[in-house]
Amino acid sequence: MQLVFCWVLSACLFGLLTEISHADWRQFRGNQSNGLPEDPGRDWDGIQEVVWEADLPGRGLSSPIIVGDRVFVTASSGGLQERLHVLCFSATDGSKLWERTCWATGRTVCHPKTCVAAPSPASDGKRIFAIYSSNDLICLDLDGNLQWFRGLTYEFPNASNSLGMASSAVSVGDKVVVMLESDDASFAAGLNADTGETSWVIDRPQRANWTSPSIAPDGKTILMQSSAGVSAIDSETGAEIWKYSDGAATQPTLVMVGEVAYVPSHGVTAIRPGRSDTSVPEILWQVGNLSPGVPSPIAYDERLFVINNGAVISAASLENGKRLWQARLKGPMSASPVVVGNKLFTVNEEGTTQVIDPDKKGKIVSEHQFGEIMLGTPAVTDDGVYVRSDQHLYKIAVD
Amino acid sequence: MRKLCRRSSPVFTLLFTALWSAAATVAATSTEDLITQVQSVGRAGSENSSAAKAVNQLQQMGPETLGPLLVAMDDANPVAMNWLQVAFESIADQSLNSGQLPAEQLEEFVTDRTHNGRARRVAFDWLAKADPSAPSRLIPNMLDDPSSPLRREAVALAIKRAKAAESEEAQTALWTKALSGAVDRDQFDEIASALKKLGEKVNLVDHFGLIIDWHLIGPFDNKDEAGFDVVYPPEEEINLSAKYDGMNESVSWQHFVSERKDGAFDLAELTTSHKGAIDYAYTEFNSPVEQQVEFRLATPNAWKLWCNGELIFAREEYHRGMQFDQYIVPVHLKQGVNKILLKVCQNEQNQDWAQRWAFQFRIVDETGRALSSSDESSTNE
Repeated sequence: MQLVFCWVLSACLFGLLTEISHADWRQFRGNQSNGLPEDPGRDWDGIQEVVWEADLPGRGLSSPIIVGDRVFVTASSGGLQERLHVLCFSATDGSKLWERTCWATGRTVCHPKTCVAAPSPASDGKRIFAIYSSNDLICLDLDGNLQWFRGLTYEFPNASNSLGMASSAVSVGDKVVVMLESDDASFAAGLNADTGETSWVIDRPQRANWTSPSIAPDGKTILMQSSAGVSAIDSETGAEIWKYSDGAATQPTLVMVGEVAYVPSHGVTAIRPGRSDTSVPEILWQVGNLSPGVPSPIAYDERLFVINNGAVISAASLENGKRLWQARLKGPMSASPVVVGNKLFTVNEEGTTQVIDPDKKGKIVSEHQFGEIMLGTPAVTDDGVYVRSDQHLYKIAVD
Repeated sequence: MRKLCRRSSPVFTLLFTALWSAAATVAATSTEDLITQVQSVGRAGSENSSAAKAVNQLQQMGPETLGPLLVAMDDANPVAMNWLQVAFESIADQSLNSGQLPAEQLEEFVTDRTHNGRARRVAFDWLAKADPSAPSRLIPNMLDDPSSPLRREAVALAIKRAKAAESEEAQTALWTKALSGAVDRDQFDEIASALKKLGEKVNLVDHFGLIIDWHLIGPFDNKDEAGFDVVYPPEEEINLSAKYDGMNESVSWQHFVSERKDGAFDLAELTTSHKGAIDYAYTEFNSPVEQQVEFRLATPNAWKLWCNGELIFAREEYHRGMQFDQYIVPVHLKQGVNKILLKVCQNEQNQDWAQRWAFQFRIVDETGRALSSSDESSTNE
């Protein structure tokens, strides 16, 4: 009960602080980094109807983001994937409103499965912060006018990964926070959202890492996950608030409910800020047989949902991690699941979207085959789900 | 990925700006000042605020600024170029919607090969929106264009035509023509595969100018990955007749030529598959002129690279794959013999996928075209 109260209070506070429109989906896994829209429990039969599709000029694994009635998506093209695209579409009919391009100033080499447009952009509702594997960061207003551009490779020439970078940007308060970690140089930075100038930089573990920073429900703390564990960082100053040091996965990213973080670490480990020693979190439970694959776990309606590398989805109790049921989906999967209309929505790499009823032990309610490679996590608004491939952006109606 | 910008002649710049429109001439001083402000944007985010204000003002000045913005990209550093480019695109977007996008002037810029290749590509994209007939008119003549993004389009068109040809003779001729312009690996692979089916041989090593002739010395100790920052004798002197204490015994330079079709220099195969070891590779490159080039390297191992005794780049990453042109390092070559030293570090990982100890190396010009040493240096004979 206390947990629920904290979550509700934090969610309200977060909403007030960031003035987020209910329809927006402003970053990877949504406004609160948890894969949930503002109204996850609305009624939806799960029937998938594609209402529009739009052409994309290049590859991309990034999630679309939505601000108001506009959908923003990134892509990369060219012989070396050196051309970086930011596109804006009408959420209503999919018409392209504008497109801007830049040239990568950092490395563009990637494993063939991924691409330069792998990290997802973020927005503060007024601007778009588009980040790429090349460590280039483009800030545009909602009409496509340049606000600033940063080529972070100039300051950190070795912050790159020969397999490609994938950590998404987050917008928090008046900062844009990025986390660029590799086997060589590794850092996280808070940039002034108005100017792009660096407000703070902190060292991060020198180990390749594809997880993304998550905004805690207080709207101020950023949780950064790496092979070393999890650090809670003050987004204003970059100061470390607490640290979990028992290691964590480098692909799936933790999810938070209230003050509790469910971390892909030794299976899944539930932690929360320590009571006596606030610099060390308290471990609530640890369950080894929940093994998140590439998709990040998601929490909804008192349950944690984890998809492993065999595309088996498991539901577990948030309270103690006890497995409740499991079901096999059609994989393989890289995209993280989201919640739409009281259901789980998943995308597999072959372009098959599956709607799952979490109240019926993972029963697949519907499938839609797009027939295109899809690795990007969907975005959700009041009236639709947005999925992207390397070639197209699609809107599926939720009514 | 960093490229030097092509500087257009001051005469052309003045002429281009003057011809763009009378209004541009009237506003020239102001436009020039604003562009200078954008060009001065620092690579680390300094001057962002003043650059943002300048971009905002430029956008309000309308289509008259399109020409000066394009020309300014010739002299811009890569960060400033992106500022200028997005400003250009915003204005071009407005101009297109109001029917004021100047197709003729854009085409003039696109076809002038002295301008920055990426700026020309951007101008081409907007020209195609203003004049949909432009691509079919311009692209076929761009197979040898110094702009790699434009040349890529020409190669793609040549590939399309080769696929459509009926006779094998015509196909061979068209695929060969396509190959002449290809500098991107994906296009090369498609062309080489087609030519192979037609009975033609394509040599990847020659096409991409892979350097396969190196002197090697090693192994030196890299147990616990501790040797990366150890200065072993080859970092202090290049003496091909010297002997030094190695990891296991006395070591000396040996000359090798890779015979692999992919041009990779496989240290484990050519010598011994040591673990926790370091080899140095040395070669010389004779440049006919002083020039800016790119060293393009692929390796799954940690490495350091020197040119003429200067450390160019160092990278401590092990076994994250080996991909063609994995690293692109800008280098300034002097005229004559340039001495290139590469330190290749193998760690002690025991997984199957972590056994490779190899590299692939080539030098390309600003346009991505392979360069060959103009004369075999004496050390590599």
